[in-house]
Amino acid sequence: MSSPTQNTATLKGHSLWSDAWIRLKKNRMAMVSLGILFVIGTLCFIIPIFSFIPDPNNQNLGNTFQAPAGNHLLGTDQSGRDLLARLLYGGQISLLVGIVATTVSVIIGLSYGAIAGYAGGKTDSVMMRIVDILYGLPFLVLVILFSLLISEHAKDLTDSMIHRWPDHEVVIKKIINLVPLFVAIGALGWLTMARVARAQVISLKKQEFVEAAVSLGLSHRKILLRHIMPNMLGPIIVYATLTVPGFVLTEATLSFLGLGVESPNSSWGILLSEGANYMETHPRLLIIPSVVFSLTLFALNFLGDGLRDALDPKAAKD
Amino acid sequence: MLHTIISRLVQGVAVVFCLLLITFVLVRLMPGDPFSGEKAHSEHIIQKNKERFHLDKSYAEQFAVYLGYLARGDMGDSPVKEQPVSKIIKHSFPASLILGIAGITIAILIGIPAGILSALRKNSYIDYGTMVVAMAGISIPSFVVAPLLAGQVATRVPFLKIAGWGDPFDWILPSITLGIGTAAYLARITRGGMLEVLNQDYIRTAHAKGVHPLVVVTKHAIRGGIIPAIAYVGPAFAALITGSFIIETIFQVPGMGQHFVNATKDRDYFLLQGVVILFGTLIVFANLAADIALVMLNPRLRA
Repeated sequence: MSSPTQNTATLKGHSLWSDAWIRLKKNRMAMVSLGILFVIGTLCFIIPIFSFIPDPNNQNLGNTFQAPAGNHLLGTDQSGRDLLARLLYGGQISLLVGIVATTVSVIIGLSYGAIAGYAGGKTDSVMMRIVDILYGLPFLVLVILFSLLISEHAKDLTDSMIHRWPDHEVVIKKIINLVPLFVAIGALGWLTMARVARAQVISLKKQEFVEAAVSLGLSHRKILLRHIMPNMLGPIIVYATLTVPGFVLTEATLSFLGLGVESPNSSWGILLSEGANYMETHPRLLIIPSVVFSLTLFALNFLGDGLRDALDPKAAKD
Repeated sequence: MLHTIISRLVQGVAVVFCLLLITFVLVRLMPGDPFSGEKAHSEHIIQKNKERFHLDKSYAEQFAVYLGYLARGDMGDSPVKEQPVSKIIKHSFPASLILGIAGITIAILIGIPAGILSALRKNSYIDYGTMVVAMAGISIPSFVVAPLLAGQVATRVPFLKIAGWGDPFDWILPSITLGIGTAAYLARITRGGMLEVLNQDYIRTAHAKGVHPLVVVTKHAIRGGIIPAIAYVGPAFAALITGSFIIETIFQVPGMGQHFVNATKDRDYFLLQGVVILFGTLIVFANLAADIALVMLNPRLRA
């Protein structure tokens, strides 16, 4: 054994996060994915703030299907709207739905799974049996029914909010339009998260530091929130990252079927479904959004895989 | 074994019942009803129609009446299409089933060999290449693949059509589109399962005894390594049939998917309930079949 003074490097210590970052940096695909996501995210959320690009809803029926050129970098669509602008604003919505719905599902799944795992016994088996039953239900079927149901209530909410704040009509409509998607996808997509969280809690609650906390007489709430939850962050982040592409895909599927995002909003799913109509005459309208969309999902999936290898090496089987 | 099957079937009935109940309530909570669509009728006729379908009663009564129908093997009539639901399903289910079977076959034929190859050549370019392609298969959604295939392939190959469901050639593009994503997942799962088995002692023993490497893989490794893939195939098959409505829409396949989406839009309560019962039953049986296959493959599960 070397004496501590000779070993100053190790004295700094390696936290879970710095170790994970080192492992992640070695994973070339994950780093490339991180770069791709950074670029796409920046383009979608930062560029539209400055007025370089035209209004995505600005129709010009005298200038439809224009090929890419200086004033329209990616050309225009069937209504003469700028494709680049629609792509960026649509990306905002798609990514927003993916992230917010994932947050909703993480909150529900984490609380549910953690409570089931911590309580154990009968409570646990009843709660997990409910999850088993919900697992048997077709996800997309329920999301469609559920989002249609909520969207009717969202319309009332929009009307009352516009009535109160008439100045912000556009913003209110834009946000409330998305609420049914956030809620429906998030409220039905938490099952895997609940299973992951439960498994984590069960393995953590047998460890010494939890026993120590119990013997110190801490309340269940404090043990769960302060001692168990922080140790679950790794796997939770991994599964959240892997959930985002799934939900982005769900949103696109719904929008493709005409059951998702509504105007004035647009999303990648809507661009794809509109582009599919002009596949034979103007393949550009389908291919450009397809490439951006698939690249985003590709990067999110690879980043999730990379994070799993880095943060949760034991689970990295497939 | 028999005991497990029976208890799983009972559980399955409960799952289908829950699904039916949820659908039943959700679809009725939505504003509008089957008669508020485009065909505007007079108040009097709508009232008559509602009475005919018992829609003027409370939810509980409606549900009891509906269960009574089901007990007699009758799924009721579709108020929108004015046909028995069982007849609509009988006409559209074969197309969905063919599509599902063809899709899962393609997925198995591509995914499992790719996964095995990837595992046997771990960390080689073959492995990386396969896994990148698999990730692409997962990331590129079917509604991107479908129009691309229809627009770029179907227009160039003489015997393929852009859309339609006449002769078996028309099955090709939709089932490829349907199978790709599942093939990609299967490849990843198979690779994971095989890698785990290939590290086990009994594989090393077999190699040490001088068993031919090909025999080690085919006789010893695959049996264990393929288990996670089999567990996935059952639910995936059900998911392909219940989730094929996008592909059915794009390729104009006269399957159940269109009915599912349209019934939701038209508030066609009885057709939607019928479709949901069928989908739920399929999922239950697919899961059960996967479980039975797992027990047959894995002696440790036979208690």
